[in-house]
Amino acid sequence: MSDKILERLWEMGPTLTTETPHAKQLGIKFVAVDKGRATMSLSYNKELIGDTNTGVLHGGAVTTLLDQASGLASIAGFETLGATATLSLRIDYMRAATPEKTIIAQAHCYKATKHVAFIRAVAHDGDETDPIATAQACFMATGPRLNAEDIK
Amino acid sequence: MSRPPKTPTHSEDPSESYPDIRKFLESIPYAQTLGVKPFFMGEEFTLILPYKRENIGNPTLPALHGGGVGGFMEVCAIAQLFMGSKAENLSKPIGINIDYLRRGKPIETYARADIFRQGSRVANVRVRAWQESYDSPIATLHGHFLTAEGSAD
Repeated sequence: MSDKILERLWEMGPTLTTETPHAKQLGIKFVAVDKGRATMSLSYNKELIGDTNTGVLHGGAVTTLLDQASGLASIAGFETLGATATLSLRIDYMRAATPEKTIIAQAHCYKATKHVAFIRAVAHDGDETDPIATAQACFMATGPRLNAEDIK
Repeated sequence: MSRPPKTPTHSEDPSESYPDIRKFLESIPYAQTLGVKPFFMGEEFTLILPYKRENIGNPTLPALHGGGVGGFMEVCAIAQLFMGSKAENLSKPIGINIDYLRRGKPIETYARADIFRQGSRVANVRVRAWQESYDSPIATLHGHFLTAEGSAD
């Protein structure tokens, strides 16, 4: 991917979550993007609790954060700029997210063909070596796409 | 799966015969945030995700958020496991796989879960999510869940 596309993604970055209604509702925030990499965060939110006895967030909230971060990593992994769609998402839950702590999701597109991006992602609450969940995903390039030289 | 390809209508009362499941879903803030509702045909349980703009992931298409649809299917699996359990606490996902088959349109979505194996500690569950036709699912989930009994240990 070209520097031009990366520059464009940094400009778009914050709006990718604020203009995605479901990401906005959950409170997912853009943190960073690099070539084939993306980081997003999710602050603790009582509306996303899955078990009121423990205050632990629901697995679905972690799923959505990992999907969102993986989606941006896939966009940042293709040679051309355009939308992507999740084909498959595998998530392993290692432990419960600690109540009150912000969850960070880091996604890496380790391979992208012309149409498909392959992603690994991890969600943690401060210590990368103690993950809450890990994900493996495939994304498909969809819709109209821009080449780096077409970006003004 | 040889299930009747019937899509629920709102003429039938969802949860009269299963008051517990409504209470159960009301006790999960995440399920309330998504806005899910239970629906029963006989003993068969369907979870409904009414359309709301907050569940959109791509406003241009538009399409429901894949993560939201995944979370909806997780809630459905956990609710199905709850119905077959006597334990007070909840089952938890261990590892899940989600396949996205079609764009989630900005309309009502349904999900049904089948427990393929119920062990004492781990259960294997498959969930189908569909919109206009049961035979054209928009997404499927399968995975292992730590049962309520297993997570109490």
